[in-house]
Amino acid sequence: MDTAMKQGFATKDIVYIALFAALTAALGLMPPIHFAGAALPPITAQSLGVMLAGAVLGSKRGGLALLLFIALVAVGLPLLSGGRGGFGVLIGTSGGFLLAWPLCAALIGYLVERDTDNSAFKTGLNVALGGIVLMYAAGIPWMAFIGKLGMTKSLAIMVAYVPGDLVKVVLATVIARGLRRAFPAL
Amino acid sequence: MLDLYSPGHSPLHRMRPAVKMAALMVGATLLFINQSLAATTAATLAILALYPLAQLTLKQAFAQIRPLLWIFVLFFAVQWYFSGLTLAAYVVLRLAALILLASLVTLTTRSSDMIDTMTRALSILRPFGVNPAKVSLAIALALRFIPVLAQIMRDVREAQKARGLERSVIAVAMPMAIRAIKMADDISDAIDSRGYRS
Amino acid sequence: MIELQNVSLSFSDRQVLNDLSLTLSERRIAIIGANGSGKSTLARLLNGLALPTSGDVLIDGLNTRKKGRDVRRKVGFVFQNPDNQIVMPVVEEDLAFGMKNCGFSTAEIAAKTDEILARYDLSDLREHPAHLLSGGQKQLIAISGVLVMNPDIVVMDEPTTLLDLRNKRRIARAVAALSQTVVMVTHDLDLISDYDRVIAIDEGRVFADGPPAEVIPAYQELMA
Repeated sequence: MDTAMKQGFATKDIVYIALFAALTAALGLMPPIHFAGAALPPITAQSLGVMLAGAVLGSKRGGLALLLFIALVAVGLPLLSGGRGGFGVLIGTSGGFLLAWPLCAALIGYLVERDTDNSAFKTGLNVALGGIVLMYAAGIPWMAFIGKLGMTKSLAIMVAYVPGDLVKVVLATVIARGLRRAFPAL
Repeated sequence: MLDLYSPGHSPLHRMRPAVKMAALMVGATLLFINQSLAATTAATLAILALYPLAQLTLKQAFAQIRPLLWIFVLFFAVQWYFSGLTLAAYVVLRLAALILLASLVTLTTRSSDMIDTMTRALSILRPFGVNPAKVSLAIALALRFIPVLAQIMRDVREAQKARGLERSVIAVAMPMAIRAIKMADDISDAIDSRGYRS
Repeated sequence: MIELQNVSLSFSDRQVLNDLSLTLSERRIAIIGANGSGKSTLARLLNGLALPTSGDVLIDGLNTRKKGRDVRRKVGFVFQNPDNQIVMPVVEEDLAFGMKNCGFSTAEIAAKTDEILARYDLSDLREHPAHLLSGGQKQLIAISGVLVMNPDIVVMDEPTTLLDLRNKRRIARAVAALSQTVVMVTHDLDLISDYDRVIAIDEGRVFADGPPAEVIPAYQELMA
């Protein structure tokens, strides 16, 4: 946060930060998609917002967009999918995942900014590093701690989410590359 | 503003948001430090007793827990199987107490009051380059954009429905993001033409 | 007075405006042209939202290149889509936004908010969330947000395109009553039949320039 709101921000940057916070909220209104019947948890489009903010806006603006989103959830706006919000969700079982969102977006942005060859595969890999690896690295220990579960059991629970998150990485990569092509000046 | 606030005039409603947030932090920490089932049960009951005091119903209390019911069941089952009934009850009760306590703050505090408190608190970060005015603008803009984007999403889904694509994430998210970014460019021009100094 | 001196503008390889020189001193000026003719870009040049690639734009002698901030205080801008212009979530906050930026006092802000809402018969919408307004109400609020800043010139970029007939007329009446100079960019030829001057733009150049009775028929022939 300290390096974040330095003078260098133009009006447009503030608008994009607010826009991707709002986009993440709006994606929460998309009905969840069941892609493997009842066998695997459904995909909610919301963490797509995390990946898109990072991949499209870059580390600083993308991270701040999600920080803004999480702050709005914390103050009690029902912006998480299913109309959830407030401090309760943030300190609940999935709190670690949610609180990590700003960092995940920032990491994706950092990796994408430094990526010079810009292939679809590399973008996808970068999105996966921030959107899956870092998110799980923050979320699983939290879940283990809150539920007194231990790491192995928590990991086992999260395995069910991996296929859905991989689908999201592909979606985010395709959309982010499309947006970058449509708006090179972003 | 659309929030989870439940209107009322109880002492909890009148308490300053900063005080409530501080109390929440202390309460949550205590719940984590404490390891006994008896104390956790007592705390849960005490928190539940605060609901009627805050002019909230027990139904509202249950509504806070409901989205997490399946996770409670899962945690309870795993803990019972591996570590016994006492630990299973303790973990699930502690989780319930945490969420009920946090929701108590959310339900009795207007989002706008909470935002004011947060932006005021941010001014202590001014020496580090945080500009509270910019943060306020970002918050106001996000609140302005959410209903507009929700409407754009409804429009796009309706248009894609005609092609049977309303459930395709790409077919909805891509045009939605493109329209949103175009809107953002205009609105940033509008902000500048209305004399905003960034 | 608005002066364009040999203004050209291109985006990457596309020439949008080609060596335009115009002096605009009339009270009601319309700019018409097909989609992509460059008319919206021309409008955006007038308050410095766009800067010419070559040539200069002067507003009462102020160059938009150097005096952007002063120019924007003189020239208010109304966008086609009010959703892209209303910045704040609540009506009265949005009206206050521009005034706060220009350093108006709280009392002034309150007085001007009362006055403008009463003028357009919108007083009961004061604390209304902006997204719940109808299209016509939104456009009136967007225009109000510009007017409260006391601009000398109001530039409007297709303000009626998204509205139904009744709201088009409502906006037309509101615009007709303005004391300011108005530069109206529009496809709506009925809106400008009594304007002082109409400029038709085609492919980045002035195609016709004069009173509506001359320019509109010529433009309709070009579009046929």
